[in-house]
Amino acid sequence: MRPLTPRHVFTICLALCAVLFVAVVISLRVGAYPVSVRDIVMTLFNAALRRWSEIPPDFQSIVLNIRLPRILLGILVGASLSTAGAGFQALLRNPLADPYVLGVSSGAALGAILSLIAAPHAPGLIQAAAFAGAIATIAAVYFLGRRGGQLDSGTLLLAGIITASFLSAVIMFLMTTLPGRDVRGMAFWLMGDLSSPSTVDLKWLYFLLVIAVGSIYTTSSDLNLILTGEQEARHLGVNVHRVKLVVYVAASVLTGLAVSVSGAIGYVGLLVPHVIRMLFGTDYRLLIPASALGGAILVVVADTLARTVVAPTELPVGAMTAIAGAPVFIYLMRRRVR
Amino acid sequence: MSTPAQSGASLTSPARVTGGEGTPRVKVEQASYAYAATDRSAPKFTLGPASFEARQRELVAILGPNASGKSTLLMLLAGLAKPLSGRIEIDGTEVSKLDIRTRAQRIALVQQESELLFPLRVWEYVLQGRYPHGRRLRFESDEDCLLAGNALAQVGADAHRDRWMDQLSGGEKQRVILARALAQRPSLLLLDEPTQHLDIGGKVELLRRLRKLADENRYTVLVVTHELNLAAEFCDRIVLLHKGKCLRVGTPAEVYERDLLGEVFEAPLEVEMRPGGRPRVILRGSH
Repeated sequence: MRPLTPRHVFTICLALCAVLFVAVVISLRVGAYPVSVRDIVMTLFNAALRRWSEIPPDFQSIVLNIRLPRILLGILVGASLSTAGAGFQALLRNPLADPYVLGVSSGAALGAILSLIAAPHAPGLIQAAAFAGAIATIAAVYFLGRRGGQLDSGTLLLAGIITASFLSAVIMFLMTTLPGRDVRGMAFWLMGDLSSPSTVDLKWLYFLLVIAVGSIYTTSSDLNLILTGEQEARHLGVNVHRVKLVVYVAASVLTGLAVSVSGAIGYVGLLVPHVIRMLFGTDYRLLIPASALGGAILVVVADTLARTVVAPTELPVGAMTAIAGAPVFIYLMRRRVR
Repeated sequence: MSTPAQSGASLTSPARVTGGEGTPRVKVEQASYAYAATDRSAPKFTLGPASFEARQRELVAILGPNASGKSTLLMLLAGLAKPLSGRIEIDGTEVSKLDIRTRAQRIALVQQESELLFPLRVWEYVLQGRYPHGRRLRFESDEDCLLAGNALAQVGADAHRDRWMDQLSGGEKQRVILARALAQRPSLLLLDEPTQHLDIGGKVELLRRLRKLADENRYTVLVVTHELNLAAEFCDRIVLLHKGKCLRVGTPAEVYERDLLGEVFEAPLEVEMRPGGRPRVILRGSH
């Protein structure tokens, strides 16, 4: 009997941070203009010490102004989506739950697009609208997924898939009938893409990420018990209503956050928590931070591939995550059916 | 009326049968409840006022046919619903007024099945029983592991500690679910039809184990069951329910009356009194 210890959590997270660092360095290195690892490390080191004059202008432009912001965006999006996915899977008691599959990403995308149509330049409005779209969608899917007062796994998934396809159709309708609006291309919202820089300071987005992931982490012991059923969790002393409120709101914030800067990137929230479970077990006290780091690694790697495999053309990063995620979804679904 | 008889073959008697001791640990006073599909619709099921007491070291069976209100009564005892009228107390405090963690420290509920979303090892599952005793986000201590290990040993499932929950047989799983409840270190142990998926050997073993737990751990154990003879053999007290009404409370000998059981279970039943004062139910004309 070897229960999870804080040291164990810390060690695994540190190892994942190292993997993420390697992924970041590789992502900074590859591209149309290759930069050596030594130059990358020196550029990052000088930038950290604010010695701007010692950074060559080319590196400043390519490493610090083009590649690094995109990588930081990828880390934000990956960490957000995978933490939200892990949270939804426990609350909805469905291993196939993920912001994309449940339509929550589409809801957030629709909210973001409506805010762009209504007030294209209002600061922070897009994030708020994406959050509103996310939380309205998860509420709708939750109620549509109930049968006889109980959450039904199959009905919930169908409700999510139908909601996602309906919202995607609405997004397409808006994109095609409202020409000349300040929108960044249909692929951005439907497939997910990291090529457009965020209009909001990344600091604020990271602040929200830490708050939302931290909030979900405070419920991780409770989520472990909710995995055995809400009623059982209640017997064991879990305040299920409070946990649901915290996790639904925080997961919707995370989905809104990710979608507002990258569109609807699919399967990250499905793929990452399952891989982490296979590697390190199901305990949410480890799963939440490890999923956040794992999601960051996946999106950074996927985006690096998206911008290099068919260079100079770029693929949407969502296409890369879907190529990896769809087979996993089918595998999990078949395993469940059996 | 019960028919005293010199019985033939019988189940092995428990090591020791006590009649409970001290002041009542659980007091149910005129507790009632009603279910409705919606807030405005008429109740679909009503549990009429029920009253009884249970002391420490007492094993109490809640008996009755299907839809008699057994599980509803158990839900009220577990504090998962508040009685519409009356009150249910544990150690002098109303159950519905206990905060959720304190309630989980005092009352453990063992349900028929535990459906896990992701695979879990037996020891991880049993450690969940320590949750009510910890702070939020707390990692389990050595003491928690010791108590979880003791709980597994008490139910004879020590050898299974490293196995996956979904690889256990029905009887093994039932014991592990019981071990998690024991790890809670409750004073009141509630079991909802624990014998449902067990063969006769498993049923006897479980009831004997509950008897022993009540005696040795000073638990008060309330068990919902359909097993009339096992309840008569092992329990100190019987609560008989029928169509949402509490018909009779007393020792097995007081409750097991031929006409009463025949009417409640709608079957031609005969009651024999065995040596030692424990009744046995048989089908009329079956001997």
